[in-house]
Formats: sequence, C-alpha cells, structure tokens
Amino acid sequence: MKRTKTLLATTALTVAAGAVSAQDMANDMTLVSWGGAYQTSQTKAYADPYKEMHPEVNISWDESSAEAVAKLRAMNEAGNITWDLVDVVAADAIRLCDEGLAMEYDPEELLAEGDDGSSAEDDFGDMIVSDCFIPQIVYSTTFGYRTDMVPEGADAPSDICSIFDLETYPGKRSLEKRPINNMEWALYCDGVAKDEIYDVLATPEGQDQALAKLDTIKDSVVWWSAGSDTPQLLADGEVFMGSTYNGRLFSVIEEQDQPVAMMWDMQVFDLDGWIIPEGLDDDALARVKDFVKFATDTQRLADQAAYISYGPARESSAPLVGKHADLGIDMAPHMPTDPANAANTLLYNYEFWADYRDDIDAKFQAWLAQ
Amino acid sequence: MTASTDVPEKDANGPMLAADGTPLKKSLSRALRVQKMRALALVAPLLIFVLVTFIAPIGDMLFRSVENQIVSDTMPTTTAALADWDGTGLPPDQVFEDAYYDLFVAAERKEHTRLGSRLNYEQTGASSLFRKSGRGLDDIGEVYQDQFEDLDKNWDEAQPWAEMMGSEDWLAKEAAWEKGSRLPKFALRDGVEELLPRTAAQYAIFAGYTHNEERKSLLKEEPWSAVHTALYQDLSTQDVSGYSGPHAEMLKAAAALVASPDFETVSFKDGFGEIDKDWLEPEIWQTLKLYAPKYTSGYFLNSVDMKLTPEGAEARPENERIYIMLFKRTLFMSLVITCSCILLGYPVAYILSNLPARKANLLMILVLLPFWTSLLVRTSAWKIMLQQQGVINDVLVWIGLVADDGRLTMINNQFGTIVAMTHILLPFMILPMYSVMSTIPHSYVRASKSLGATDWTTFWRVYFPQSVPGIGAGSILVFILAIGYYITPEIVGGTTGTFISNRIAYHISTSLNWGLAAALGSILLAVVLILYWAYDRIVGIDNVKLG
Amino acid sequence: MPDTGNSDAFVAFERVQKSYDGETLVVKDLNLSLPKGEFLTMLGPSGSGKTTCLMMLAGFETATHGEIKLDGVSINNIPPHKRGIGMVFQNYALFPHMTVAENLSFPLEVRKMGKSDREAKVKRALDMVEMGAFGGRRPAQLSGGQQQRIALARALVFEPELVLMDEPLGALDKQLREKMQFEITDLAHRLGITVVYVTHDQTEALTMSDRVAVFNDGRIQQLAPPDQLYEQPENSFVAQFIGENNTLEGTVAEIKGDHCVVKLDGGEVIDAKPVNVTKVGERTRVSIRPERVEYNKDRLQEGAHTLKAKVLEFIYMGDIFRTRLEVAGNREFVIKTRNAPDQVRLTPGTEIEIGWLPEDCRALDAN
Repeated sequence: MKRTKTLLATTALTVAAGAVSAQDMANDMTLVSWGGAYQTSQTKAYADPYKEMHPEVNISWDESSAEAVAKLRAMNEAGNITWDLVDVVAADAIRLCDEGLAMEYDPEELLAEGDDGSSAEDDFGDMIVSDCFIPQIVYSTTFGYRTDMVPEGADAPSDICSIFDLETYPGKRSLEKRPINNMEWALYCDGVAKDEIYDVLATPEGQDQALAKLDTIKDSVVWWSAGSDTPQLLADGEVFMGSTYNGRLFSVIEEQDQPVAMMWDMQVFDLDGWIIPEGLDDDALARVKDFVKFATDTQRLADQAAYISYGPARESSAPLVGKHADLGIDMAPHMPTDPANAANTLLYNYEFWADYRDDIDAKFQAWLAQ
Repeated sequence: MTASTDVPEKDANGPMLAADGTPLKKSLSRALRVQKMRALALVAPLLIFVLVTFIAPIGDMLFRSVENQIVSDTMPTTTAALADWDGTGLPPDQVFEDAYYDLFVAAERKEHTRLGSRLNYEQTGASSLFRKSGRGLDDIGEVYQDQFEDLDKNWDEAQPWAEMMGSEDWLAKEAAWEKGSRLPKFALRDGVEELLPRTAAQYAIFAGYTHNEERKSLLKEEPWSAVHTALYQDLSTQDVSGYSGPHAEMLKAAAALVASPDFETVSFKDGFGEIDKDWLEPEIWQTLKLYAPKYTSGYFLNSVDMKLTPEGAEARPENERIYIMLFKRTLFMSLVITCSCILLGYPVAYILSNLPARKANLLMILVLLPFWTSLLVRTSAWKIMLQQQGVINDVLVWIGLVADDGRLTMINNQFGTIVAMTHILLPFMILPMYSVMSTIPHSYVRASKSLGATDWTTFWRVYFPQSVPGIGAGSILVFILAIGYYITPEIVGGTTGTFISNRIAYHISTSLNWGLAAALGSILLAVVLILYWAYDRIVGIDNVKLG
Repeated sequence: MPDTGNSDAFVAFERVQKSYDGETLVVKDLNLSLPKGEFLTMLGPSGSGKTTCLMMLAGFETATHGEIKLDGVSINNIPPHKRGIGMVFQNYALFPHMTVAENLSFPLEVRKMGKSDREAKVKRALDMVEMGAFGGRRPAQLSGGQQQRIALARALVFEPELVLMDEPLGALDKQLREKMQFEITDLAHRLGITVVYVTHDQTEALTMSDRVAVFNDGRIQQLAPPDQLYEQPENSFVAQFIGENNTLEGTVAEIKGDHCVVKLDGGEVIDAKPVNVTKVGERTRVSIRPERVEYNKDRLQEGAHTLKAKVLEFIYMGDIFRTRLEVAGNREFVIKTRNAPDQVRLTPGTEIEIGWLPEDCRALDAN
C-alpha cells in the first residue's frame, strides 16, 4: 500500500534530518494552548525544562485553543501559518486532520519510547485517535456538588442520575450548553444500557428521548459555555451541582477549599493533545519535532500531573505521578483514570459526534430555545 | 493688460471662450478635473483601506454563503454523471465507477474528509462515511493490484509503468531530471490512449499528482491501485493482442490473466457496499446530486429553517427550527435595548447639555467610564450583580422585598441580556443625544414659555422635536450595535437571551460551517440595510445628526 | 393697590437686586417704572445688567431681592408662561421644525384657541408684517429680515400688552436694521403696546425710544428721553456712551449759578455748565459734543473763552467733515462740521482757535 511506503520514506528522510545539527532548527516557536492553570502546567512541565536545555529557543504562547480550528482554517486560507504547535481536544484534532490542516505523523518516529521500554505506539495505545493527534492528557467532564446543599436526610449524591432527581436533590444544576455528554447522560439515566447509548442516540427517536429526559430538569439548569462557569457557580452557591472539567473541580476543592465534592460517576473521558499545523517550513518543523519528542516523553507527561489533576496519556507515566507541586498532596487519587474514580466511565465517541454533531446540535439548540 | 483680454469673450455665435481662447466649458472642466484628482488623492488611502479591510471581506462573506465548488471540484466526473441520474433508486453502475476514481484521487490528496465534513452539514453521517471510504477504496484496487503483482512483480514497479504509458521523448527527459529542477510535463505514448483508455487517463492523473504535488519522478513512484483497477477494466474490454510497445509481453500476460475464470473481480457497487452500506442507499447520492452545482442556495435555506430536497425547498421539521426564531428574538431584544437606552439616556443627555461646560465634561467622563473597562469585565460584573446569590438579590432579601427561597432570576435570561447590554450601549445613545441637545439654543425654550406654553408643552412641542435627530442617531447606532452583539448575550444570555450572532459565532468557530455562518451574516446585513432604508423613508436620514 | 411710587405705572421695578453667585450684584437696587404705551429702551455695554433686567421681567430669571410689578400686580412668583408678555429674541428663536404659520399659531394653540380664530389671527399678524405669502415656509427658508418680522409677528399675535425685545436687530445689516427700526416703532405706536427694548446700539436707542435707560455697572445711570440724554448727559459715563464726545480734564475754578469756570490741567481756562460739580477745587471732566465746537470766530459768542488748537487730521465724510485736533494736550479732540458751501476745510498743521457756548460744555464728574 502506498501510504505506508510514503511514511517509510518520510521516516527515512527525517531520520536523516535528525542527524542535522541544531542550527537548522528555528529558534522561535509559538505554542497555542488554553491559558489559565492548564497552560501554566504545560509551561512548567514542558517549556521551562526545554528552555533550560536550549537557551537559544524563544517560546511564545497564544491562548487561542478554543478557536484553534477556525483560526487554523483562516490561516490556511490566507496561506500564512503563524503557529508551530497547537493544543487541542481530540475532537478538534480529528476535524483538523479531516480538513487537512493538521500534519499526519508517525508515532514511532516522532515520539519517544516509554521509560519502560515500550514503543510509543503501544505506550499511547488507543489515545492516538487520529493520525494527526499527539496525545498529552486524559481529562474528564464530570460533576461536582456543594456538600452544604445536600438536603438533610439525603445521601450525598454518588450516582449520575441524581442530576435528574429533582425530588431528592432540589436545586440548580449547571450543564454545558451543547448536546455532547448531556445527551449520553440523559439516555443512560433514562434506562438505556451504556453500550447502546450511541446506537440509540443515532436515531431520531433516541434523540427525542434524550431531550425529553433533559426536559424534566430544564427549568433547573444553568447552561455554561466557558470552563470557568461551573466552578464560579458552585463557589457562589448559585448551583447545587454542575458539570465541568475535573481539573477545574480539583482547583475549587483543593486549592480554593470550597465545600464542593466530586461525583465521578459516568465521567466522560476525553483527550487533549498537540497537533502540528500542516505547512510549516522545514526549520520550524524540525524545532517543533524536537520539542514534541521531549514534551511527550514519559517523565514530562508525569510531571504535568504535579500541577494539574489531569492524567498523563502514556501508560508508562502513570506510576511516576507524584505529589502536587504546591499543595504537596498525592495526585494519583485525583486523576480521572484512578481506578477508584473510573469505576463507571464513558469514553467520548469521536466518530459518532463528528457525524451527528451538526444534526443533534440543531435539535438541541431548538429545544433550548423553546 | 486691459480689462477686455481678461474677460471671456463670446463670438457672435460661438461658445464662451476663456482668456486663452479655449472654450470656457472645456477650460472649466479641466480646472475641475485637477480639483477632483486632488480630492481623490486625498481620500485614496482611506478608500483603499476601506476596500481592503471592509468591502472585500464583506464581499468574500457574501460569496461564501452561496459557494459550493468543493463538491464538483473534488468529485468532478461523479457530479457530471449524477446530472443524468433521475434521483430515484440507486444511481447506475457508471456513477459508482466515477465515484471510485474521483474519491480515490481525493483520498490521496486528503480532500475526501473535507468533502465529508461539507456534506455532513446536509446529511448526518457523511463525515465518517467519507473518512472511512478514503481508507476502504484501497481495498477495491488492491484486489487487482495484488493479482497483477502476483503475476509479474513489474506491475508494482514504477519504471515499467512509466515506459509503457509515457512517450519516448518524455521518458528521456524524465530520466535526465535532477532534484530541484522542473519536472518534464508528462506526455502519453502514441496509441496507448486508444489501446487502454481508462488506464491512460488514470495514469495521467497519477502522473499529474506525483509531479505537481509530490514533486517526484514517475520513474521512482509506482502508480496507485486505481491505475491497476483501470487496467483491469481496459483489459476486460479491449483487445491488446496487437500491441507491440514496451512490455508487450507483460501486458498480454495480464490480459490473459484477466480473461481467465480464476481472476477475482469486485464490482464498484459491491466495493462501496463493503466499505459502508450507506453507499447502497439513495440518500447520499441524492445529497451529492443536490449539492453538485458550483453555487447553492442551501445555506440560505438553512438559515431560514428550510432545506434543499430533491423536490425543492422544504421547511425543516419543527424540532430543528431555530434561526427565524433567533432572528426575531435578536430584532425584538435589540429594539427593547434601544428603547431602554433612549429612556435612560435622554434625561442624562438633557442634564449634561444644560450644565455649564466644566461640569458637563466631568459628568461626561462618568458616562464614558464604562468604555475604559473591558467588555468582558463589565459583563462578568453584571453576572455577579444579578445572579441569585448576587448583590441585588442579597439586598432585596435583606430589606425583605423578596423571600430567601424566592430569589429573582435576573441572569442567564433575556432580562440579564437586556440589562447588561443597555448598560454597555448606553454611551452610544447618550453621546449623539448630548451633541444634538447641546446645539439646541436655550432661547427656543424661553421663546416657547414666553409664548405661553407650559413646561411640558415646551418640552414636547419645542424641545423634543428638535432632539429627535439625536435620538435617531443614537438609536441607529445602538440598534445596529446590539443586533450584532455577541459576547454579552453569550455570557449572560442563558438560553432565552442569546442572539443570532451567537449562532454565527458557533458556526464560525465550532461547527466550522462557514457557509451557513456567511448566509446568516448576509441576512443580518440585509436586515440592517432594510431597516436603515425604512428609517430613511420614514424619518429621513438627513434628520440624523451626530453633532 | 399697595405702595407704588407711581400709581399709573404699567411696569415697575422696585428695589430690584440680582446676584448669580451670591457675591456680586449684577443688578443693584433698580427702580424703574414705565406707563402703558411707552417704548423704553435699556441701553448699556455688555455686562451692564440690562439683559438680566429684561429676563427678570420675562420671568426667566428671578430677582434676588425686590419686586417686579406688572399692571400693579407683583409677578415675582408667576412663571413666565403665565405672564402674557410677548418677547422677541436676538436670534429670533423661531422653531425650526415648524412652518411660519405654525410658529405663529403656537401661542394661540397653547391658549386653546379654536382653529378658525387661530387662522384668522395668524393671517392678520402675517399681513401686519407684510409676510402674508410666507405662512407655509420654514424659518430656515427665510432671510434674516424676514425671520425678524415673523419673530415680531409671533410675539404680537397673541396680543400681549407688553412686548420685550432683546437686541432683535443685532444680526441684520445696517440698511435693513434702519428699516426695521422704523417698522417696529411704527407698529408699537400703532398697536399702542408697551415695549421694553434692550440694545447696546445707541443710535437704535435714540431713534426708537420714548425714553432710554442707560445701564452701567448694574445701575441705571440716566433715564431720559433721547434728546435730553444726548444733550444733557448727567454724568460722564452717559456723556461718553451716548454719541461722540470730547472730554477735557481740569479743576473747577469758579461757580456762578448755572455757569462755571474750569481750569484745565494744561492751564487754559474755559467756560462750562456745572452739572455734577458742586464746589470750587473739585476735579471735573468737561464734555463737549463735536458738533457744538465752533472755530469760525464770527459765530462765537462775545466774551466766551477760546482755546488754541492744532489741526491734526481732516476727514471728508460726505455730509460732514470730521477734523481731529490737538486741544489742551488732548490729541483726540474731534470736531464735526456740516458740509456747507461756505464751510472752511481745515488743513492739517494749521493753528486755529476754537470755542463753544458755555451751556454746551458740561462739567461732569471726574470718574
């Protein structure tokens, strides 16, 4: 097959290029990320040590990951790519790959072997959900709740379906203003078996069923669109429970000491990682490859967990996860991938949502607006 | 010089002449032309700036809302073939064959997923169907490729293919090519086109791709499996016994293989069915046929809750209609915001315009103060103010107007959006009002009173009509700004307070359906222009003053 | 009717004071009364308080102290729109969004007058100012003079007994102004209305008014008919403000009834009429109108003092000659002589002798 041959050819070529001295690498690199605590963790775990090794390199950050797909498309149309490495969620990586905006890569050539000697491809395993996607972390979208708002006599909520139980757990909930995750939870709590959720959701009846379930709590929902919304709503006591990224909840609970607890049940795993934009010139590409190889090795990924409670995407990194850099607490129990937390989980179905996103989103928005 | 030579003279029956004897009209127009050129030169920088940064993007946006070339560019022969299809049942086998070759090339160019994303806006599932097919199509070709290769290794080598398909002249140049220089343009060998028409065509496409996009020599790159598929097709229909060019034996052996009953074949239709059974449903083909034209009304139909179907435009099902409602809501809420701004801004502007300049300037700074803080901060501040555990609710509960468990919902709904946007847009109302009001001489009010009018009559009959241009200017400004507002409704609008612009933003940055975003934007632009026109007809744009 | 100094006064200011800032008075203890039908002009430089007085009368400013009475009734607490006083403004203040007819109809409308009555009155008022054909126009389509007439008509259309005019002719060119001066006085007399007219143009004041009140520094300096004001100014401010005037400074040397002798600072001695001087040795400023100075010896009175003068400049002005002289050290001494066939044209550089009737030369206060 032709593709493998081309890949082999490029491998050979880049192996040759790897031998070339560092002078052929560009010294300026623009990384795109999400800002906030997450970007800080990347700076501390990847960028700072890399700069120590290569003092000649200038790394600048652009906090544009939320609009990365649109901006990359615009850059591509304008024929001027100004980014070198872009942090995106897996779904966006797939779209960028589909659109030909992200570069396909060979894990064995680009990524370092695991510390335990496993090949990069094995070490990352299923996390490489697209030919362009270089996984970094596993995060999850899950619920947190105010411990002081649990009604007297009721148990603390531990089941995802308590979201839909207004009788036992009255109060406002915050949910993301998009169908993804919410539809799955709704179907699950409406009695659909976990492994049938996407089959059901693919049918118009299943979509109606999910919306009908959401309809039962619609009046009690505050819809969020920015990741910082739910933490703020929880901290202000505006909502009883709300979904957000687990790292945000960690910061509310452990760093801000708010009376908030995690409810890991049916957390939705998602991945975040790098993509290399298509069309970089050789110097820039060489530098980016060098950086990526370093930044995604076993130790670096484990290091990142010292700053934020997201799980490293490499299997070999898991045992290396240590304590939080400032708080000094053990980070392993706060990882979404920790066995205690991951008793009942759902993995984001990228392919399903790539297909159904527009369709279901239209219905979801129409339902919201009713 | 005497007076008579200075004055334009008029011949007995000729035209007026200038002092130098040229006709006066000509002389005048020459003088004016210089003036015009100078004026043009003065505005040129701005004109170019506006053209480049404003007119051109708007034009580009308008164009995107109808542009649909991606379908016919990616699958040229398929869309041409589909034109003859009546749209019922499955298309003829020829269409599958065309689709195979088109998609094969598109997949090599990594364009098939783009097309999939594009068609996914119209048909759910197209995205993964095309992504899957990009990989699956190889399976069809490999059936033939493998058999030819088993017969003779040379069928999977670059050189024999190039020698068989290319002209001697071209071969010589290709062999002499060195990396870095221009690749010689591929030319088919004489007669090969008649002998192996499909193969020649597919090889030419492969050659073009390898030369132009990969920048590699055809003597080094073995052809992709679509060429083998084409070869099989040719060999099963053409007689190659008379062929005597390069590798004639190899070709004849292949022909014999194809003719043998053991030769494994796959029909294109089955091959597509193997990849995904959706290819054997008429729907995807109908969508392709529907969106084959270079320009489509599909985006515009989508933006008014309709869709393109083989039977023409149709309303969308009720549970997918959203845009008309959002347009109406956007207009309604912009109107409410404009009215609130008038009500709140008018007294402020009145007081400002009647104060001595020094005090007015100080107060004007307070009016402009909101401009100095970031929009995001102001909007977020409103969130803290208006939320249920927020400042206003706390105060209401404290003074006992509201029960603790009956706190008002003032945010994440229309009310919140209206409050926050009125606050943000108020200066745009006050400023034009103020500048118009401060030009209304105080003597009008005095005159009116001296004529016997009460304070109210004076205000309503004399002052107010003269301040209307300020209200008009402020209203146009606020309304047009409000109609396109996006950040504030996004943050405080919840589900009932969002605008059409939030959907546009969603389609620009999240769903990447730029065509639909462009269509929605174009409609919004048209609405603004129509309202502007209506305003001009009813109130008269001359009545708008900014100062 | 309670205490009024003048029981037949139609408009009366009684001890009126006005201050804007609580520190300085812009109007100081104003007493003024005028009978019905009088045309009174308030004349003075800007800042003299004349407009403030007018605005207090109209009701747009309130008096800080004192009382303003209209037809014997105090109007201090009556809002402007209930005073029924017509007013013409400097910039006409015609409502730009109304037509001429609507402008005129406005005061009638707010008085709830019926439509037909209104139309008749508007027509009459327009005809009165000869603008009958312009009812449908907008103010902006009219010339300055036309706007002025409309403003006048609007102030008169509701038949007020008192009309106030605040420099109404200020924006017109000279010829038009003179024409309008005549028309306004003519109209005022014809209709028998009382007019209080404010201007800083003395010619206007002199030609139009029955009486003129000269304002300065918040006080009325002199209230008199125009001729008296011109010929018998009561103080040096009035003398200088009204018309052209020559002044010479000196000390009173002798007073004999309505005659005094003033010793000028240069040593010359002249005859004058004592107006503001009471005792010998007082500083004085004597004022002589340019047209009352005589240099033709034949016309000088017997026994009058004469002064030596040097011709500095001779200006031909058509109907008159204007000659600038140096007299007793004053190089701005001007004389005016009528352009008559027998009149001598003085050549600069010549030395002449000038003199005047003692009663034309008024010894005034030195301020």
